[in-house]
Amino acid sequence: MVEEKLRVTLLTGRTIEQGVGKERGKVSKEYFEAVSMCYMDAGDMKKLGIKNNTNILVSTENGSVVVRAVKYPRAATPGIIYIPYGPWANVICSNKTSSIGMPSFKGTPAEVEPAPDKPLLTMKELLKSEFGR
Amino acid sequence: MSIINAVTCPVCGCLCDDIELTVKNNEVVKVKNGCAICESKFLGYKSEHRTRKPLIRKNSKLVEVSLDKAIHKAAEILANANYPIVYGWSSTSCEAQRVGVELTEEIGGVLDNTSVVCHGPSILSVQEVGIPSCTLGQIRHRADLIIYWGCDPWSAHPRHLERYTTFTEGRFEKSDWKGYLQKVKASASKKKVKSALRRGIVKHPPEHLLKPETMSGPPPTMMKEGRKLIIVDVRKTMSAEIADYFIQVEPNKDYEVMQALRALIRDHELDVDKVAGIPVEYLEEVADAMVRCEFGILFFGLGLTMSAGKFRNIDVAISLVRDLNMRTKFAIMPMRGHFNVTGANVVATWQSGYPYAVDFSLGYPRYNPGETTVMDILLRKESDAALVIASDPAANFPRKAVEHLVKKPLIVIDPHMNATALMGDVVFPAAFVGIEVGGTAYRMDHVPLPLKKVVEPPEGILTDEEILTRILEEVRLIKSQKMEAS
Repeated sequence: MVEEKLRVTLLTGRTIEQGVGKERGKVSKEYFEAVSMCYMDAGDMKKLGIKNNTNILVSTENGSVVVRAVKYPRAATPGIIYIPYGPWANVICSNKTSSIGMPSFKGTPAEVEPAPDKPLLTMKELLKSEFGR
Repeated sequence: MSIINAVTCPVCGCLCDDIELTVKNNEVVKVKNGCAICESKFLGYKSEHRTRKPLIRKNSKLVEVSLDKAIHKAAEILANANYPIVYGWSSTSCEAQRVGVELTEEIGGVLDNTSVVCHGPSILSVQEVGIPSCTLGQIRHRADLIIYWGCDPWSAHPRHLERYTTFTEGRFEKSDWKGYLQKVKASASKKKVKSALRRGIVKHPPEHLLKPETMSGPPPTMMKEGRKLIIVDVRKTMSAEIADYFIQVEPNKDYEVMQALRALIRDHELDVDKVAGIPVEYLEEVADAMVRCEFGILFFGLGLTMSAGKFRNIDVAISLVRDLNMRTKFAIMPMRGHFNVTGANVVATWQSGYPYAVDFSLGYPRYNPGETTVMDILLRKESDAALVIASDPAANFPRKAVEHLVKKPLIVIDPHMNATALMGDVVFPAAFVGIEVGGTAYRMDHVPLPLKKVVEPPEGILTDEEILTRILEEVRLIKSQKMEAS
């Protein structure tokens, strides 16, 4: 049975592609492709009825963002999604700093739903829509 | 065409200093020995995304202006601000950081570096518990048990394993390169078997192949002689694939696992079957391996500092290492991200007494993480201007913090156009530290290394240090004019 929404734990972090992209240039195509995506468990993707490279809407209590779902190639990670560090991840990251200045970039509860019709914003479009600049 | 040897790579905290560059017509054309990110940096620095002229925002658009005009505008913003923040520093040289401290003191602002969203919690714990550490050279030659906890060196510090730990030929410990080849072969044949099963080529597969993969106990390689590699993470990373043993922890539960290990190495029995999803008997084997080793090292990453518990996770990691030192020799080290984030802490400490989140607003340095950290200042909407250098907070801070950052005047100094620069009010293009300008940087183990200048910067582009010095001079001029006028 296909589910409409899935509750997951959101992790953010580095990937080698993000590293290569950021050094190539933050406005480069490589960086955009490396950070506007989200690794998902193959089983979870099946539950939502989505395929590789389908757009998904990830929401937390801080906001929501459209990213591209990619099957995590290494192992099963049910209930965990992983978005590389970048503007897309930070739209939805928790800003609770536990009074030490460090927001919770890992382990945030989130919801995922398929959004094949919603567009994946470019960096400029994302900054414009989030911050008006 | 010339070949330059022993160049220090200005990318991550590894600071590999064996890079060989071929330079032709003032351009790097070939990179040898570097990882993918290193190559991307040395070949990508001249990319089309680079800005060549200072920019100022006019009618909500960034327009090119002269350097003098941009310097004056930036100095005006900072001199007139009440509570400005000066943030970044992890991708520039110690020399530029030193000027930054002077500038922040002059304008009575808050000096913070990227460790606030990286290993800031680690620093807090080190200040509470202390840190039994060493240099990477010692690890290379002596460590026979290497643990990476909450970090993925293969992705974030690609040559760490090859230069300093498991796959390096030390004087007393040999490289485990052959073991790696075996693991790669095994993993490839596993994939082949799986694919054959999926396609139905094997008619009567043996039963053990049909079982779904679950977390298994420590493999026989854990008992082998020589170097052992254990990876602890919440998901199977690239590094986990080549580990002797990979332990998968449930998200936000590292604290429990470490406390359990502390109990086990003190020979206490645990009255539960599983800790954070890991059966206790597996943890016992890990505790055994820790106690049995001659010299162990625990590297930890943002998996600990960013998840629940934050600096308490580091407290317990350091305590675990302290406990282990009663039975054997063990050290611990944070995997610092950017190439000179350690330097940012070092410079801030020797100049002001504090490693980050230094508040000069009262005229003397004050340090109170949670209050004087840039993140909290932005979330409380207290700052009224910002200078961001050699970092990209708009891409790395939570949205609420960025909202306030861009609402107030924002000065950006960076070689590349990035998310912060796109939203800045005054943007300075700078020379690439470690490519177009030399300097000093601190490796993750606090060893300072020289960065080389290999090519000339484009005409008219100044270094971070020069831009900051000129802003500082201009700020002093504006302030003295104000004094005279009053």
